Amino acid sequence: MSLLKQSILSINKKLAAREVSAVELVNASYDRIASTDSQVQAFLTLTKEQATARATILDAVLSGGEGNAVLAANPLFGIPMGIKDNIVTKGVRTTCASKFLENYTAIYDATVISKLNASNAVMVGKLNMDEFAMGSSNENSAFFPTRNPWDLTAVPGGSSGASAASVAAGQVSFSLGSDTGGSIRQPASYCGVVGVKPTYGRVSRYGLVAFASSLDQIGPLTNSVEDAAVVLESICGHDAMDSTSAEVSTPRFRDALTGDIKGLKIGVVSEWIGHGVEVGVRDAINTALKELEAAGAIVEEVHLPHSEHVLGTYYLLASSEASSNLARFDGVRYGVRAQGVKDLNELYVRSRSEGFGPEVQRRIMLGTYALSTGYYDAYYLKAQKVRTLIKQDFDRLFETYDLIVGPTAPTVAFSLGAQFEDPKTMYLNDICTIPVNLAGLPAISLPCGFSKEMPVGLQMIAKPFDEATMLRAAHAYEQRTTHHNVLPAWKGGNV
Amino acid sequence: MSITLGNVEHVAKLAKLQLSHEDKENMVEQLNNILAFADALSTVETDHVAPTSHVLPISNVMRADAPKESVSLQLALQNAPDADEGQFRVPAVLDTGSEA
Repeated sequence: MSLLKQSILSINKKLAAREVSAVELVNASYDRIASTDSQVQAFLTLTKEQATARATILDAVLSGGEGNAVLAANPLFGIPMGIKDNIVTKGVRTTCASKFLENYTAIYDATVISKLNASNAVMVGKLNMDEFAMGSSNENSAFFPTRNPWDLTAVPGGSSGASAASVAAGQVSFSLGSDTGGSIRQPASYCGVVGVKPTYGRVSRYGLVAFASSLDQIGPLTNSVEDAAVVLESICGHDAMDSTSAEVSTPRFRDALTGDIKGLKIGVVSEWIGHGVEVGVRDAINTALKELEAAGAIVEEVHLPHSEHVLGTYYLLASSEASSNLARFDGVRYGVRAQGVKDLNELYVRSRSEGFGPEVQRRIMLGTYALSTGYYDAYYLKAQKVRTLIKQDFDRLFETYDLIVGPTAPTVAFSLGAQFEDPKTMYLNDICTIPVNLAGLPAISLPCGFSKEMPVGLQMIAKPFDEATMLRAAHAYEQRTTHHNVLPAWKGGNV
Repeated sequence: MSITLGNVEHVAKLAKLQLSHEDKENMVEQLNNILAFADALSTVETDHVAPTSHVLPISNVMRADAPKESVSLQLALQNAPDADEGQFRVPAVLDTGSEA
């Protein structure tokens, strides 16, 4: 088993026992990338020189007198990580998988990067994604599609597809992704790893290239629930640089992982396990629910009355916000600039048309239309009102239930190219994840079995800022099952 | 509501995007497909529902109006496609060939 498939806390113990060094961890990551990434195609940029230099410094710390005290206080010390390429990293190329930013080098670190650097985690590179995080398959990357380690002819999901694939393939110990409508949870589900979308405001968005500001959140993709808890402890917290960042304290999430969920009240969304859900996915979810009941949880069916309006609401709001956020890409201050233009307007128009891919242009068009004169009330304002109703559906359920659960996605990973021609079909994939962003709630996806030999994800949704209960239930389930220990195999060999 | 080729041309102008004729025709079809979801929202009763502007109970967040260190000129211009004398250079905004 790849060293990086072991838990973060067990690697920490190995560092403390001097069984492994930080440089060896970084080397293990690059060795694994060298042997698998020609097939998985997860990385856009590798930062080997910086990572090796950083690990060398960390090893020097370990050989000093305070080494083990530092290790005990920093579970992420020396842990190799991958970062989605829409999170800015000072001095390192940050492309959002767009031609527009192909040669953009970030001039500052995102707050999550500053925090992870302070925790002494080591970034080994930047990960592919759907361009500007718009997509559910990674096929919208302007550079190349990432592939699913479980089946190289299948997509890894998206938009944080490579963040999930790199963890599944054992290339990094954990990664960061971003989730606007399911972009952490759906790829986690497709690649058989754990993915957490924190409560809106829990993690600073400073330095996350904005897609839809009222929906975006950064979160971890990991091999286990415990690893997710460890990474979350490092990246959460109020940040003056993000005015939407919440002034709440960060619990020690690891303390919530007691294994005890006796009496926990869980609502299963009936709209998500009925029509349109793959049979194998439904079976895996039903088996998981029995497991939760066996652990002492009380499981009942519940309804989200406005489910059918989730997609319409999301695509209007997310596209409207995107059309506004992406107005900054004008070819003047950074990014591509079209050549041979005669005036400033042509510079804007040609730079944007040459720099943005088809899906990004489609969403900018939809958003601009929804915000334009004559349509604002019917579309944008109406969607903001329906958003309130969707949020109230959850508020009502949380008066009775501690957690809401269901599948993360209605199917397992689909084939590369399968849905590329029809954006609407692709959007339907996000039906179970989108309402969580609209309501600003925390949610996790964790492996719960297989359908057609591909991983299925179980989604758990909690009250705002109650990640602890969600992690406790997810961990309790994980302890009682073995799905997370099954590793992908492909013709390149076992992970 | 159904989107027309005229709508697409108008919106492309607002969004500062240049589409080929084929792209425009595809866009009409694809946007209409997506807007079918959106049009279904009109069936939802929302007369007494307030729009959600923010999911958290926060309003304007203010900080002290005090100067602090900012990005240096050199860093700010580092990614500029064209810079000169500490500024971003762009093509002429006004038509220099005509009378002022």
